[in-house]
Amino acid sequence: MSSTPIRVTVNGAEREVEVAPNTTLLDFLRDRLQLTGTKECCDLGECGACTVLLDGRAVNSCLMLAVEGDAREVTTIEGLSENGRPNALQDAFLAKGAVQCGFCIPGQVMAARYLLSRNPHPTLAEVREGLSGNLCRCGGYVQICEAVLAASEAGT
Amino acid sequence: MIGTSQPRAGGLARVTGRQQFIADINLDHTLHVKLVHLDCGHARIVAIDTAAASEVYGVVAILTAADLPQPVPRFGPVHDDRPILAVGETKYHGQPVAAVAAETKEAAEAAAELVRVEYEALPGVYTVAAALDPDAPLVLEPGLRPDDPLRHSNVLRELNYGWGDVEAAKADLVVENSYAFPMVTHFAIEPHAFIAAPDDGGVVIWTATQNPFQTQRIIARVLGLPLARVRVIAPDPGGAFGGKQHPKYEPLVALLALRTGRPVRLLLTLEETFQEVRRTSCEIHVRTGFQADGTISFQDIQSDFLLGAYADVAERVITKANYLACGPYRVPDARITVRALLSHTTPSTAFRGFGTPQVSWAHESQLDDAARRLGLDRVDIRLRNLARKGEAFVPGDTPCDGDWAESVRKAAGAIEWGSPIAAGRGRGLAVAIKASATTGASYSIVRLHWDGSATVLAGTSDMGQGARTVLAQVAAHELGIPIDSIKVVMGDTAAVPFDLQTSASRSTVFMGQAVARACRDINAQLRQMAADLGLVANVSVVELLRARFSEVRGEVIGVGSYRSEHQPGHPLGGSPSFYEFSCTASEVEVDEGTGEILLVRHVTVADVGKALNPQHVEMQDEGAAVMGLGHTLMEHILLDDSGRIRNLGALDYRIPTTKDLPLEMLALVVENADGPGPYGSKGAGEGGLMATAPAVASAVTEATGVVIRDLPLTPERVWRAIQSRDL
Repeated sequence: MSSTPIRVTVNGAEREVEVAPNTTLLDFLRDRLQLTGTKECCDLGECGACTVLLDGRAVNSCLMLAVEGDAREVTTIEGLSENGRPNALQDAFLAKGAVQCGFCIPGQVMAARYLLSRNPHPTLAEVREGLSGNLCRCGGYVQICEAVLAASEAGT
Repeated sequence: MIGTSQPRAGGLARVTGRQQFIADINLDHTLHVKLVHLDCGHARIVAIDTAAASEVYGVVAILTAADLPQPVPRFGPVHDDRPILAVGETKYHGQPVAAVAAETKEAAEAAAELVRVEYEALPGVYTVAAALDPDAPLVLEPGLRPDDPLRHSNVLRELNYGWGDVEAAKADLVVENSYAFPMVTHFAIEPHAFIAAPDDGGVVIWTATQNPFQTQRIIARVLGLPLARVRVIAPDPGGAFGGKQHPKYEPLVALLALRTGRPVRLLLTLEETFQEVRRTSCEIHVRTGFQADGTISFQDIQSDFLLGAYADVAERVITKANYLACGPYRVPDARITVRALLSHTTPSTAFRGFGTPQVSWAHESQLDDAARRLGLDRVDIRLRNLARKGEAFVPGDTPCDGDWAESVRKAAGAIEWGSPIAAGRGRGLAVAIKASATTGASYSIVRLHWDGSATVLAGTSDMGQGARTVLAQVAAHELGIPIDSIKVVMGDTAAVPFDLQTSASRSTVFMGQAVARACRDINAQLRQMAADLGLVANVSVVELLRARFSEVRGEVIGVGSYRSEHQPGHPLGGSPSFYEFSCTASEVEVDEGTGEILLVRHVTVADVGKALNPQHVEMQDEGAAVMGLGHTLMEHILLDDSGRIRNLGALDYRIPTTKDLPLEMLALVVENADGPGPYGSKGAGEGGLMATAPAVASAVTEATGVVIRDLPLTPERVWRAIQSRDL
C-alpha cells in the first residue's frame, strides 16, 4: 500500500514520516515510534487503554488513523513525565493506590489529564463521568477517582 | 514495615508507561502469528487449503494439524486433552485450525483470511440439558479416556461428598430451589500474548502467565526437551484473575519458533481472549432443611457445572468449590452430588473465587429464603449456623480458623443493618468461604549483597495484586534493611527457584513464608559470621558485611521453602492451608419502572489474619467487589444456536465502569493474626466477589419482594420479575 507523508508533533518533537493510510494512530505510536506506554486492548474504542491527547483532546488512538495526526500534536503517557519523573497527576495515582496491574493506567492518566484540562476542579460525579470510558478490571475505580480529585486539589 | 501501606513496587513504571508487558517486547527478526478459526461452535474439518495464503508476500510458515508431529501433541494442566491445533473437528467457537507466521502482522492477517477451510457444521452441546441428552454428540473422544466408565457420556467426572444421613434428617422446614450462574469472562485489560524464540538447543517463551513453572513443564513434555532447555520468562501480567493460570498457545508458538528458527509473537485480540477463557457456569438444585429456630438440619445439593470443550483446570475448580458447597456453616447432614459436564464452548478455567461465587449463590440464597419463611432476621440465621473457631465444619478436615461471626457483625454494622430504610430500598448480607491452597511448594533464594542491599528471587507472578511489594516488605522486616534496597526478581524459570503457581490467594502464605525463611537463613549465617569475626552481637548488618567482605567481596545467600505435602485419600489431595472467609453487605435502590439497581452502599469484610499492606488489601477487595458486581448485575456470555458467542468483544460484553459504582464503597478487614502466613496473615484478594451476588439479590428482594435465582440481575430480568409479581 502506498504511503502518505505526514508531519506530526509527538510529545513536543516534530516528525516528518511516511505512513500507510490504513495505519492506526495506535499502531503508529507503538510500532513505529516504540512509544509502547499507550496500550491496546479492545481495538473498538470501548476500553480507553489507548487514550492519547490529540491537540489536547483525549481520543482513542485505535479509532484514529495516523494520517489524521498530520499537522497536529499528539501527547502520550511518555510525554507527561519530565526527565522520567512523574508529574503531580501521576504522583497522585501512586499515592492513592490507584495502580494495580497497571495496564489500563496510561489511558486512565491521559483521560484524567484531559478532564482536568477542561475542568480543573471536578466533582466526584464529574470524575466518574470523565473516566467512564476507561475500563479497569483490577481495582474498584475508587482510588483512581480519588487520585484525580487529589491532583485537582494540588492544582495539576 | 509489616502492616504499613508501602507504595506499590513497580508503580512508577506503571504510571509513566515504562512497564513492559508482553506486547511491548520487540525482538529483532520476529515473525507475527495470526490464528485461523471458524465461525461456529462445532464443526468437522473437511479440508484446509493454504495455497492462496502462502502466496501472500511475507508469509513464512502456515501450520495446520497435519503439519504437527503425529499424533498431534495434547496438553492441559490436569488432562492432556487439548491439541495444539484442532484435529478433525473444532470443538468451540474460536478454536484455531491453523496458524500463519509472517514477516509483518498485516501479512499474517491477510494470509489468515485467505486460508480456506472447508467444514461441515455439526450439532453441538451448549447447555447443561444438551450435555445430558443421551443422544448428544460426545465432546471428548472416548479413545482419549479408554479406561473411564464415563467415556461414552459428556460427564467428565461425578463427585459425591457428604456426611451424616440426609434421608434420616428431620426438619421443620425444607426449602427447595434451583439456581443458575452464567458464563462470564475474565476480561483482563491486557489481552493474552505469547512470544517464543529458539534458544541454545531449546526454546525461550515470554508469556504473561501466573504459572511459569507449569508452562515450562508442559512445553518440555510437548517438545521432548529437558526442563533446563525450556526457559519461561513471565513479565508481570496486565491482570490475570485465573485466566492466565494455565498454558493456551505457548506450545504452538514454541513449535513455530523451532520450525522457523525465528522469534514469533502471537498477540490475541480481546475477542480471541474471550474465546479462550471463562468462568464455569452451573445449575444448582438444592434442598435445605431447617429447624424452626433457623438451625440448618441438612443440605442436599445436586449441581451440574458446564465445562468447555477441554477440561483445563475446571475439574479442580468444581472439586474444590463443591467440597465447601454447604458454606461456612455447621451442617449435621450433607449430601453433595456434582456432575462436571463437557460442552462445545470456551474451555472454562480458574477464575477468581474458583467456583465459590457459584456455590455461595445457592447456599446464601437458601438461608435468605428460610429466614423469610421462618420470620427470622437474615443476619441472625447466619450467626446461628456459622462454624465457630476450631469447629470442624467439614468433618475431619481443617477446622474453622477465624472468628467468622466477627466479620458478619462488622459488615452488618457498616451497612447499618436493622436501622430504618427508605421505601424502594433493601439491604442484603451474605458470606462465602473458599478452600485455600492445599498441596504446594514455594522456594525462595535471597541474596544479601556486600553493601547491605538484597535481591529476592521468587517465582510468584505479580499480576496486580502486589506480591512484589509484600514480599519486599517481608524481606525488609526480616533482614532489617530499608525496603528501597530490596529488589524482588520474579517470572523467569532460568533465574528464580520453583514455585507451584500464583493462585488460590496462596502467595502471601506460601511464598511469604519461603522468603521469610530464606531471610532467617541469612540471619543465622550472619550471626555465625559475627561470632567468627569476634564482633559484638548488636553490630549492624552493613558493618558486619563490610567487615566480612571488605576485600574480595561476596554475598550471603539464604534459601527458604514452604511446602504442603500431598495427603493420599483426601478428596482435595490435601487439607486447605487456611480458609478465605468473606462477608458482603449491600444496600440497593430499585427503580421499579426500569428494573435498574442502584447500589447505595456496598461493604466487604475480609478475614485476612494480618493485613501486611492495608492499602494493597483494600485495593484488592474493592476490585474484587466491583468484579463481583459485574457477574451480579450485567455480565454473561450469550451463545446462539450454533454455539457462537453473540456478545463477543467489549462493545457487547459489558463490565462495570466508573458509572456503575456504588455511591459508597467500604472494604474492611478482620485481623486476628490467626493465619499460617508470615505474622499471622492469610491469603486475600478473592473474597470480595465471592458473596456479591447473594448479598445484592437479597437486597433486591427486600426492596421489591421479588426473588430472582438466575444471574445476572439485569434491568430486564428485574423488571420482568416485578411485572410477574404485580400480576
